[in-house]
Amino acid sequence: MAVLEQKVIGMTGDEAVAYAIKQVEPDIVAAYPITPQTIIVERFSEYVADGLVRTEFVAVESEHSALSACVGAAATGARAFTATAAQGLALMWEILYIASSLRLPIVMAIVNRALSAPINIHADHSDTMGARDSGWIQLYCENSQEAYDTCIQAWRIAEHPDVRLPVMICLDGFVLSHTLEDIRALPDETVKRFVGTPPEIRVKVEVPAGGGTEIVEVPYKLDPWAPVPLTMGTFAMYDCYFEYKRQQEEGMKAALKVIEEIGREYGQLSGRYYGLIHPYRLEDADVAIVGLGSAMGTASVAVDELREGGYRVGLLRIRCFRPFPVEQVKETLKNVRAVAIMDRAMSFGGPGGPLFMDMAAVFYGEARRPLLANFIYGLGGRDISVVDFKEAVKAIYGDLEAGAVREPMRYVGLRG
Amino acid sequence: MSSARLKLKDVLAKEDLLYPGHRACAGCVAASVFRMVLKATRGPAVAISATGCLEVATSILPYTSWKIPWIHNAFENAAATAAGIEAAFKAMKKRGLIDEIPDVIVFAGDGGTYDIGFQALSGALERGHDFLYVLYDNEAYMNTGIQRSGGTPRFAWTTTSPAGEEIPGKLEWKKPIAHIVAEHKIPYTATASPSEPMDLINKVRRGLETEGPAFIHVICPCPRGWRFPTNLGIRVAELAVKTCFFPLWEATCEDGDVKYRLTGTSLAIAKKPELKLPVEEYLKLQGRFSHLFRPEKRADLIQEIQAAVDANWGYVLKRAGLA
Amino acid sequence: MASKSIPFPPSWREAPMGGIAYKPSTLLRTGTWRLGLKPVVDEEKCTGCGWCHIYCPDGAANLVDGKAKIDYDYCKGCGICAEQCPAGAISMVKE
Repeated sequence: MAVLEQKVIGMTGDEAVAYAIKQVEPDIVAAYPITPQTIIVERFSEYVADGLVRTEFVAVESEHSALSACVGAAATGARAFTATAAQGLALMWEILYIASSLRLPIVMAIVNRALSAPINIHADHSDTMGARDSGWIQLYCENSQEAYDTCIQAWRIAEHPDVRLPVMICLDGFVLSHTLEDIRALPDETVKRFVGTPPEIRVKVEVPAGGGTEIVEVPYKLDPWAPVPLTMGTFAMYDCYFEYKRQQEEGMKAALKVIEEIGREYGQLSGRYYGLIHPYRLEDADVAIVGLGSAMGTASVAVDELREGGYRVGLLRIRCFRPFPVEQVKETLKNVRAVAIMDRAMSFGGPGGPLFMDMAAVFYGEARRPLLANFIYGLGGRDISVVDFKEAVKAIYGDLEAGAVREPMRYVGLRG
Repeated sequence: MSSARLKLKDVLAKEDLLYPGHRACAGCVAASVFRMVLKATRGPAVAISATGCLEVATSILPYTSWKIPWIHNAFENAAATAAGIEAAFKAMKKRGLIDEIPDVIVFAGDGGTYDIGFQALSGALERGHDFLYVLYDNEAYMNTGIQRSGGTPRFAWTTTSPAGEEIPGKLEWKKPIAHIVAEHKIPYTATASPSEPMDLINKVRRGLETEGPAFIHVICPCPRGWRFPTNLGIRVAELAVKTCFFPLWEATCEDGDVKYRLTGTSLAIAKKPELKLPVEEYLKLQGRFSHLFRPEKRADLIQEIQAAVDANWGYVLKRAGLA
Repeated sequence: MASKSIPFPPSWREAPMGGIAYKPSTLLRTGTWRLGLKPVVDEEKCTGCGWCHIYCPDGAANLVDGKAKIDYDYCKGCGICAEQCPAGAISMVKE
């Protein structure tokens, strides 16, 4: 199948997200502005004002209400989108769990930004890392092209009958959101055809019949015209809550395969294939850099330069952080001797950053384990350079010589 | 003006949209109110509840008491959830997927409305969503065990504003929620009491027929929290109205001007002021005010309440052009 | 297995998705809550006005053939119907 011809449009990450959502044309967008997400909301409002989309734009009065409105809309079977960052995501935290537990396929763009205090509007992953247990699928983008592409794929992933979980598309604040890139955009009809209409999910309920009850199957949505009305958001005692959580986890497990399938299908249309992980020059690597997001683009330049210098280094950019691609990570890093795990967030008091802790859990049971070294970088938008990555890798080589990781946590570019 | 008023026979002919077997307390007036409100529905409808007594009582897994589609999201976001639902149905109609937009009805208690839910309510009103918000006001956070709310009246006992040696119950006044909502300049705001069901039901119907936001504040005496025998719930509500503690009115906004109109017993009292009962008749029935009567009668505090009731009544009369 | 009911508590595989409620509350006979008093309708006095049906918190007072009839399966014995009946046709009686 030939790759489609695509228009090249100069857009920032925020604009690319807004453009993708315009092409998808969800039923509602309910959002509250917060730097660096504001351009998404503003651009989308312009599309609405110009009559380019039939989407209902709900200018909610807070992020908590933004996600609450999306929950209401998605519960009726409508497509709902929102976007936020940092404090906004923190404010929505309560509803994140409700959205995923109600199995609502909401799509949300997070423009990664540091959490207060001090208040900082620049990029780090503390906001979405704080939500990693919430049951949302988390996809981290390296560049704005990927953000555009993922905003389109997200609907098919979220709405897949085996998944039915909301999806977060993460792009680094300012680095991606406010930087111009040449975005290759699919034609409108292609996007519409790719996302299609949400597949119908049915559930069984008992209704009064005769002297007792009978089982009826109805679509999973609030529908006043349905033969049987649904009651959503119920109260569970200790006798059944646990079962619902296990059921939710099954959606996450299914998502591993679905994300790859959708990524392949999308690749056939666009020429850009996406998976759970994006390895780079890892085939014969001794040492690997592992991380998420835009800094991995910088890391790939460092890898090339190190390779020229004779170091056998590779890069593993993890795109899908939740569900964590355990088997793929084990397989890709199986011959690597040491890993520099780059965390753009901290877990205060923890044995490492969030990515480090997941990686350690992945390798714990393996017969052959690489050295795992944790590097905290980029907090509050602190820049990380090619030189910084090269020094991190050299530090790892020093660890390999010493036979152990000499410093449990290293901070890149920290003064003092 | 509204279409033809519903009569008792119309209401008696209408199917109950709440199954029996729910877990509300015996004598729970809120449950009566829910049944009355649902009797006033006119077609397809979707309900949204904030966390609270009737939310829990009607949805403990695996059972539901709801015969219309219903969602509970969280405590403070019933209005925001309703906004999303209303917008979704609007979008579906725009795309030709549905022919008509169903009625969107929020049921929230005083907790989810006066306090934690206030922001979402105010935002939804400002945005002008087409929905009806029913505040079932039992004047405390009843579901969590009778803690004070912004809707708790002054000097009422609650577990977080107990009547103790030094402090005689809640010291703050009841927030004038219905006046605040009316001043959002929404098309329809009303107060109602379960002791005047046809007045309540017709106000609900009017709210549903209104295009844009409509709000109905219903007084819901609670036998558990207000401390009175289970058979007196409607009687207590009746006295709330007869003492003008809880006047019945409706307000409409035309050309930015909010016009009040008294209804039911409150209208009768406005015409014949001698019908107004002293607030003591209302307070003495309720255990939550018993410290105003025993061991000694606190005439000073009762007088404070009376003065505030009279001031609010005077305000309502003035707004209704009947002062 | 053609079953007329879904088990509760459910296994995680059979639980209807998203925690939706899946049985009507009519299966819960809240009439067992009564503490020894039940409302009894004097059909002679009952005018069939229907107010008991309007006021009952539980929908347990219904008009059948023009007379009030209490559904003792759901009546919690609160006494609101007896208190409000304009004809004084309902009394709370020891069970």
